[in-house]
Amino acid sequence: MTPKRRNRIILIVLMIAGVGIATGFALKAFNENLMFFYQPSQVIAGEAPAGRLIRVGGLVTTGSVQRQPDGLTVQFALTDNIETIRIQYTGILPDLFREGQGIIARGRLGDDRIFIAEEVLAKHDENYMPPEVADALKAAHEKGVSETGAAGTTP
Amino acid sequence: MIPELGHFALILALLMALVLAVFPMVGSLNNTPGWVAVARPAAFGQFTFLLIAFACLVNAFLVNDFSVTYVAQHGNTKLPNIYKVSAVWGAHEGSLLLWAFILGGWTLAVALFARSLPDEMLGRVLSVMGMVSIGFLSFMLFTSNPFARTFPVPTEGRDLNPLLQDFGLAIHPPMLYMGYVGLSVAFSFAIAALIGGKLDTSWARWSRPWTTVAWVFLTIGITLGSWWAYYELGWGGWWFWDPVENASFMPWLVATALIHSLAVTEKRGAFKRWTVLLALLAFSLSLLGTFLVRSGVLTSVHSFAADPARGLYILVFLCIVIGGSLALYAWRAPDVSSGGSFNVLSRETLLLGNNLLLVVITAFILLGTLAPLIYDALGWGKISVGFPWFNTMFIIFTPFLVLLMGLGPLTRWKHHDAADLLRQFRIALLVSICAGVLAALPVFKEGSAYAGLAVMLSVWLVTTLFLSLRRRLSYRRGVAAILKDFSARGSGSYYGMLLAHFGVAVFTIGVTFVTLYDIEKDIRMAPGEEVELAGYTFRFDGVESVPGPNYQADRGTIRVFRQDREITTLTPEKRTYLVQTKPMTEAGIDAGFTRDIYVSLGEALGGGSWSLRLYYKPFVRWIWLGGILIALGGILAAFDKRYRLAVNRKVMASPATPKDKLATQGQT
Repeated sequence: MTPKRRNRIILIVLMIAGVGIATGFALKAFNENLMFFYQPSQVIAGEAPAGRLIRVGGLVTTGSVQRQPDGLTVQFALTDNIETIRIQYTGILPDLFREGQGIIARGRLGDDRIFIAEEVLAKHDENYMPPEVADALKAAHEKGVSETGAAGTTP
Repeated sequence: MIPELGHFALILALLMALVLAVFPMVGSLNNTPGWVAVARPAAFGQFTFLLIAFACLVNAFLVNDFSVTYVAQHGNTKLPNIYKVSAVWGAHEGSLLLWAFILGGWTLAVALFARSLPDEMLGRVLSVMGMVSIGFLSFMLFTSNPFARTFPVPTEGRDLNPLLQDFGLAIHPPMLYMGYVGLSVAFSFAIAALIGGKLDTSWARWSRPWTTVAWVFLTIGITLGSWWAYYELGWGGWWFWDPVENASFMPWLVATALIHSLAVTEKRGAFKRWTVLLALLAFSLSLLGTFLVRSGVLTSVHSFAADPARGLYILVFLCIVIGGSLALYAWRAPDVSSGGSFNVLSRETLLLGNNLLLVVITAFILLGTLAPLIYDALGWGKISVGFPWFNTMFIIFTPFLVLLMGLGPLTRWKHHDAADLLRQFRIALLVSICAGVLAALPVFKEGSAYAGLAVMLSVWLVTTLFLSLRRRLSYRRGVAAILKDFSARGSGSYYGMLLAHFGVAVFTIGVTFVTLYDIEKDIRMAPGEEVELAGYTFRFDGVESVPGPNYQADRGTIRVFRQDREITTLTPEKRTYLVQTKPMTEAGIDAGFTRDIYVSLGEALGGGSWSLRLYYKPFVRWIWLGGILIALGGILAAFDKRYRLAVNRKVMASPATPKDKLATQGQT
C-alpha cells in the first residue's frame, strides 16, 4: 500500500468515524425530543403519557378562560368537540389567543389530568387553523357522525 | 384594464421563457449559433414583461383597485404607501410574482454581465434558467393568478396582515428571494457544465461570484428575518427553528459549503463532482423551502391557509427539478476528471471536513423539519421536533466547524507539515484555551462550560485570523506596500474571508451569551409599581390610548433606572388594527452594544394593571452584527478584482469601495 493511499484511507476512516459518532448522538437526542400530538379525546382516553413533553390542540371553549388572582396564571378548557380537557398556563398568552380559536399547547400532563402548558401557540392568521387541529376536529366530527348514524338505525 | 395588461404580460413572459428554454439549448446541442443567439434577447424580453406585470400589480395596490381579488384581500385605502408596495409580496400570489420577477432579473443579469462566457455556455445557462422560470410562471398562471378579478367589487380591502406592516418585513422577503433565486444561477451553471461535460476551473471561476452574491442576499435575508422576529413577535426570541426558518437556513448552509468548495475547484481543480452536487442541492433546497412555505403542510408562523392543489404542483415541480438534475448528474459526473491530489494534512482536507460538517448539519435540520411529514405519512402519529433538539445538534457540530475554520486559512494547499502547523498555531491555541478557561471560571459573571467553549472558539477564530493576516502582510514591507495589498487581485476574496470569519466569531459570542445569560420575567404591574431585573429598575407608568394611521394603540410607559439614574423610557404598544381587528404587540426596546432591555405588553388585567414581559438580553445585537459582517465579507469576496472581467463594466464604473480608493491614494 502506498503511503498516499494509506493517508487517504486514514482520512476517510476518520471522517466516517467522526460523522458516525456525531450522528449517533444526534439521533439519540432526536428520539428524546420527539413531541407527539394528541387531541383532547385521546388525552381523556388515557392515550397520552403523563409527565412527558407532548402537544395538544383543539378549540378554546367559549367562556372557559379563568384568570387566577396573580393575574398571570390562566386556566381554560380545550375541546375537540367530543371531550374537553383543562389547560393551565402561566405567562402572557399570544396576541391571537381567543375563545373559540384553534390553538396548540406544548407541555406536560399533570397527575390531576390538568395539562400544564409551557407554551401556547395561536397562529397569526385568524382564518388559519393549525393542520393538526383541523385534522383532529375533522376526525372527531366524522366519529360523531358515524356514532349518531349508528344510534339512528337502532329502533 | 391595467390588471389585464399585467395578466397579458405574464402570459407573454411565459412564452418568452419557453423560447429561452428551448432554442438556445437545442441550438447549442446541434451547433446552430443562430438559435443560441436567441438567449440574450429572450432573457431581455422575459424580464421586460415580468417588469410590466410586476408594475401593474404595484399600481393596482397604489390606486386601491379592489376589483383585483388579491388587492381586495391584502390592500386597504388607509395602508401607508410603503406597505401598499410591500403588500404585493405579502401573500401567496404576489410573492410568486416577486419570485418570478427576481428570477427574470437574475437571468437578465447573467445575460448582461457574463460577457466573458462562451456563447454556447451562456446559451445553456440562460436556457436552464428559462426552464425554472417556466415552472414558476405556469404555476402562477394556472393555480394562482395575482390579477384575477372579483365581483362585486368591494368598497374596501381587507388590509395587509398587521405583522407584515413593518419595515423589516417589507424588505425581508425580497432579500431572501434574491438569495433563493440567485442560487438558480449556480444551479444553471452546474447543469450547463454537466451538459457540456466541461467542468473545469473556468467553470468554477464563472459561477463563483454569482454564488457569492446570492449567498450574501440569503445571509442578509435571514439576518433581517431574525431581527424582525425579535422585535416584532414580542417573544424576545431571535430564532425558533420554525420549519420556514429552517427552509431558508438549509440552502444557506449548503451555499456556504458551495462557495468554499468552489474555491477549491477554482484554485486546485479538485472536488469538481462534489461542487456540482452542492450547486444542485443548494437550489433544490431553496425550491423545497418555497414548497414548505407555500403548501401549508407544516405548522409554522409563516404558513397561511393551505391549498393542496398548489402544494401538489410545487411537489411535482420539485421532483422534476431534483430528479432531473440528479439523473443528469449520475449520467455525466463519472466522466468528470478528478482534480489535483492532496495530502491528509492540507487546506483541501480541512475544507472538505467543513463541507462535510455543513452538509451533515443540513441533513439533520432536514430530518427535523420533515420528520413530522414523514411520521404523518406513515401513520406513526402526529409529532413535532422540539427546538432543544435542533440546539443540541447544532452544539454538537459547530465547535468542530469553528475549529477547522481557524485552521484553514493558515494551512497550505496540497500538503502542510504537522510540526510546522503546530508551531504556527501554538500561540492561538494557548491564547484561546486561556480565554476559554477564564470565561468558564466564575470571574466573569456566573461562568459556565458553554460560555467557556464559546469564548474559546471565538478567540481561536480571531487569533488565527490575526496570524493569517500577519503572515500575509509580513511579505509586504512598508505602509505603501501594505495598502497596495488591499487592491491586489485576489485580495477581495482574502479580506472578505477574514471579515466573514470574524463575523462568525462575533455571532458565536452573541448567540451563546444571550442564550445563557438572558433574564426573562412575566409580571403583573399596576401603575406606579416598580420591579427590579438584572440590576435595572423598571417603573410602570400606566397605559394610554394613542391613535395610529390604521390602528388604535394602547401605549405603555416604562421608565428604566439603573442606580437611580434614568436610562431610558420604553413605550411598548399593543395595537389593534382597524380592518383585521387583530391585536399586535410592538415591543419597547433599548438597544445597546452589550445588552438590550426589552419590554412587551401582555393584556390589561383591570384597574389599570397590565401583564408585562421584561427581558434583559446581553450581547443580543452581536448576533445580527455577526450576520452583517458575514454579508459584508461576501460582498468583498464577490467583487474581487479578478472577477472584474467576468463581471461587467458597470460594476467597474460604479463607486469604488473604500479600500480601492485607499489603495490608489497609496500608489500615487
